[in-house]
Amino acid sequence: MITKRIHHLRAKIMTHCRKNSPWLLHYDCGSCNGCDIEVLACLTPVYDIERFGIINVGNPMHADILLATGTVNLRNKKVLENLYEQMPFPKVVVAIGACGLTGGIFREAYNVIGGIDKVIPVDVYVPGCPAKPEAIIDGVVMALEKFDKISRMPNAGMPEASGEQRHD
Amino acid sequence: MSQIITPVIVGLFVAPLVGGFINGMDRIITARMQGRIGPPVLQPFFDVIKLFGKESMAVNVWQAFCAYSYLVASAIAVVLFFLQSDLLLIIFIQAAGAVFVVMGALSSTSPFSQVGAHRELLQMLSFEPLLILVIAGIYLETGSFKIHSVYTWGQPLIIKLPFLFVVLVYALTIKLRKSPFDLSTSHHGHQEIVKGVLTDYSGPFLALIEIGHWFDVILILGFCSLFWSTSWIGVICLIIITYFIELLIDNTTARMNWRWMLSYVWAMGLSLSSINLLWLILG
Repeated sequence: MITKRIHHLRAKIMTHCRKNSPWLLHYDCGSCNGCDIEVLACLTPVYDIERFGIINVGNPMHADILLATGTVNLRNKKVLENLYEQMPFPKVVVAIGACGLTGGIFREAYNVIGGIDKVIPVDVYVPGCPAKPEAIIDGVVMALEKFDKISRMPNAGMPEASGEQRHD
Repeated sequence: MSQIITPVIVGLFVAPLVGGFINGMDRIITARMQGRIGPPVLQPFFDVIKLFGKESMAVNVWQAFCAYSYLVASAIAVVLFFLQSDLLLIIFIQAAGAVFVVMGALSSTSPFSQVGAHRELLQMLSFEPLLILVIAGIYLETGSFKIHSVYTWGQPLIIKLPFLFVVLVYALTIKLRKSPFDLSTSHHGHQEIVKGVLTDYSGPFLALIEIGHWFDVILILGFCSLFWSTSWIGVICLIIITYFIELLIDNTTARMNWRWMLSYVWAMGLSLSSINLLWLILG
């Protein structure tokens, strides 16, 4: 009984800390930079997402959330997979912008595979061309809710693409 | 017996908590200086607990060993400080701990960690000799390397060792990974060669290094406290003013390269120390 309660308390503290300290990794798969500028706008003093403990890290090994923008093509597919594999569990992926979701206007091109979810599992989709900074922050907050579901064991928390659609 | 147990408990448990709290305050004040609100004061604790909950992905066994060794060395240095032990011994243990971080980074093949490790070594080369000179100054004034005899000394050391205190501030800036000396890795949201010496430490091992860093902050602020040991108000004022100056320097300067750091810190540090030491010997 007591061990169960301790386990519960520990899980609660861990979830709280995970939700309050998400470190972002931002990868541009081949976007026009519109969405990337909006992602970086979230980090400026105007939006100041460090209020929520969010830090933009350049290192996949330190990251909790992968923000991916742009169309996936045959070249950057390997890079995207590699970045995702280097991130330790628990991790979530947010696909941003029309191109990140489906391939956008480039989806018919001969070298384009499609959206981010063709290569790695995506948890949250943020539409827009480009996506607004407010929408991106909203998407990250939705991604944080995923940490509630991910249990403490790293392998049990294998994230699967549940495909929550964000409506503006 | 309680004279030993109390400092050990304070050094092992209270010191890292205070170090984390100082880190949180640091982030808030930095954010305010940049026109932002900043994270909550408990943010460093959230970060560390989260990192402990992440999957452990050590590049190799040595890296894990090095992370633990760094934490243990930093903790021992702080405990020895609270036991009012020998200053030279504390400096050597602290330096040994810092070398473990470098060794862990060198054990991986990532070029970012390699470059970061080399820069970390250069940073140590810059400030460790200066710390020894500061201790030499304290010895010339009080006649002992023991912290106990410094704390029982009649007048504040800063009156006789003002330049050596400035030298200590240089060392503090490098040790806290603040601009313009944040070459090997940078604190908060900054990036330098990805994450420099910490690039390949991830999850729980990064958390260990972070806790070790809290110990280091307390150790260096403890060194600052030696300079005004006669009153509690003096100690607290000196530490707060020094840390605020650190933040001001961090937010008003740009990152420089290692050549500049080595030549500037050695030129300024050695000249200021030798002026102060000559003054002590001749005066």
